[in-house]
Amino acid sequence: MYKYDENDRRIVLERAAQFKSQVERRLTGALKEEEFRPLRLQNGLYLQLHAYMLRVAVPYGLMSSTQMRMLSHIASKYDRGYGHMTTRQNIQFNWPKLDDVPSILDDLASVEMHAIQTSGNCIRNISADQFAGVIADEVVDPRPYAEIMRQWSTFHPEFAYLPRKFKFAFTGATTDRAAVQFHDIGFHALKNDAGEVGFKIYVGGGMGRTPMIGKVVSEFVPEKDLLLYTEAIMRVYNQFGRRDNKYKARIKILVHEMKLEEFTRRVEDEFTALLEEGGLPLDQAEIDRVAAYFVDPAYEDLPEKSASLDQNLADNRDFSFWYRQNVLTHKKTGYAIVNLSLKKPGVPPGDLTDVQMLAIADLADKYSFGEIRSTHEQNLVLADVRKDDLFDLWGALNASGFADPNIGTLQDMICCPGLDFCTLANARSIPIADKITSRFDDMDYLYDLGELKLKMSGCINACGHHHVGHIGILGVNKKGTELYQITLGGSAGDDASVGKIMGPGFDEDGIVPALEKILATYIDLREDGEEFLATYRRVGMTPFKETLYANH
Amino acid sequence: MQIIKDKAIVEDQWVHFDGQGDLPDGDLIVSLDVWQTRANELQGRRVGLQLEPDQHPKDVRDELANFELIAINFPTFMDGRGYSYAKILRDRFGFEGEIRAVGDVMRDQMFYMQRCGFTAYEVKEGRDIHDAIKAFDDFSVKYQVSADEHIPIYRRR
Repeated sequence: MYKYDENDRRIVLERAAQFKSQVERRLTGALKEEEFRPLRLQNGLYLQLHAYMLRVAVPYGLMSSTQMRMLSHIASKYDRGYGHMTTRQNIQFNWPKLDDVPSILDDLASVEMHAIQTSGNCIRNISADQFAGVIADEVVDPRPYAEIMRQWSTFHPEFAYLPRKFKFAFTGATTDRAAVQFHDIGFHALKNDAGEVGFKIYVGGGMGRTPMIGKVVSEFVPEKDLLLYTEAIMRVYNQFGRRDNKYKARIKILVHEMKLEEFTRRVEDEFTALLEEGGLPLDQAEIDRVAAYFVDPAYEDLPEKSASLDQNLADNRDFSFWYRQNVLTHKKTGYAIVNLSLKKPGVPPGDLTDVQMLAIADLADKYSFGEIRSTHEQNLVLADVRKDDLFDLWGALNASGFADPNIGTLQDMICCPGLDFCTLANARSIPIADKITSRFDDMDYLYDLGELKLKMSGCINACGHHHVGHIGILGVNKKGTELYQITLGGSAGDDASVGKIMGPGFDEDGIVPALEKILATYIDLREDGEEFLATYRRVGMTPFKETLYANH
Repeated sequence: MQIIKDKAIVEDQWVHFDGQGDLPDGDLIVSLDVWQTRANELQGRRVGLQLEPDQHPKDVRDELANFELIAINFPTFMDGRGYSYAKILRDRFGFEGEIRAVGDVMRDQMFYMQRCGFTAYEVKEGRDIHDAIKAFDDFSVKYQVSADEHIPIYRRR
């Protein structure tokens, strides 16, 4: 993974010092809360229902074991012994004290980490395909470009006070696992017919109260123009994005209101002007320099088949289920990609304890070149595991609590923190997630259901991505009662779609029976081998609605 | 009044004129409206033009030679349009005079502002200007090119 040079190191230390002075000015009253708020937000520090919450950046989801151990240290020293993986591949701590935050930043800086731009109306920490560099269907490894973009967007002087938050995502594979069509800007790295690297760029995707699928502003921006073209988009947005109404301030609204053709014309004009005034293309030497940090680790030459793996798969049913569900094919023969599930009854989706963090760091060192990845679906990944080691790793993951064989199933739900933590939320989501994962814990049934993306948000801001769940759940507050609205048919993948609301919501006791009915309807209607989303797209909403609201 | 100019604290030589009554003596900073309505009276004077966030500098591009100074107003520090305006004035329009940040200007924005081409700051009333001037030292690393740095960091390594 990327290693800091002297500049990178200095900038996080200087940021820690700057934020320390901002905290001091807040504590002495020299800064008013409304002045401090945007400053702390640009450093990922929220004021939540019960306490401050600090969101630590995990650029494009990559962490070292050393960094994971530091996160464990922070969880135990400054928090209540746990952290929470977010849908932007970051980690957040729910209970730090304001006076401790400067010390936390110093600790983070010591392992090349920070909380820069994890919130606020700026370019947020960048997310990417969690399998970048190791998955077989990859065309271009997006990580060097994500890193170049991380540096470019860090303290970008022109774009630190945008109309609203701004999110980038990168993928370079044939299958989009980074939901690039639901970002303010989605970068899809690809190669043209001549074999040159460039980017298909989507703008104006997003969820929230007005979910929209990103629109293509350019089919192919050559890699040398990546930064200048992005600057052009940002400048058009900075100038024309609405500032009168925060709900209409996202670039998706601008693109929608201005129309894609006009927006694109302005971006192209701005891009041309930037070139004319001497805007520099990105140097190939710099691309190569950064790419050198992302070359393959020292893989061994291994045979495709692992005799011990095959034997263990034949001998151990539980292991074979885990292998089928949580392990993916690696581009390199003899290796495998392992998903660590952070989903199970009794644990908020995405949470892990300080002790578990240490265990994962050790496993990463032992089995996966000391590297850990986080996913936008709130899980972790060990990306480079020898097939011969899978059985041992599985045993260790069982012991530390990450071997639930439920990746891609209904149990693997995305869930926001909801009313238990969040000031914005209208309804609880963690206890509902627990009800659901506890009720649907029969693995045979879950496997029979097949791939099913369930996503839940505790309010319209959609941090839990409910709009793109095959089944989405949105918590709302109606006259003091928490109700849960169901949407069907969303997808964050290549076939991006926004789910449709079924009808009236259900209370806490009604939501699980409602899911039961929807799933039973699916099982009745599905054709051989047909996944939930395909069935829904074939038959539409009506049959689901009829069974769900039969007695209403 | 004291302002920060070229990274030093100095007495301001300019007078903000709101367009009411007779022209005061001295060098005047006026709004686009006053510039347009009282152009005749302003002939021969040293004039600074103040732009609001919804007044893009491209609209006055042809007139820039008339101004010694462009002030960009930040009615709220959360409105970031002025950063782009300063950058465009410097790098696209080649404006070499003073670009001054006025309004809700605090030390926490000044590092970004100077990178975009601002050279003078009317620090918000009630703020310690001696504290604010330290902001330029907040960071010694600049990742991106901007109005103050045209060589990308990787060519400076």
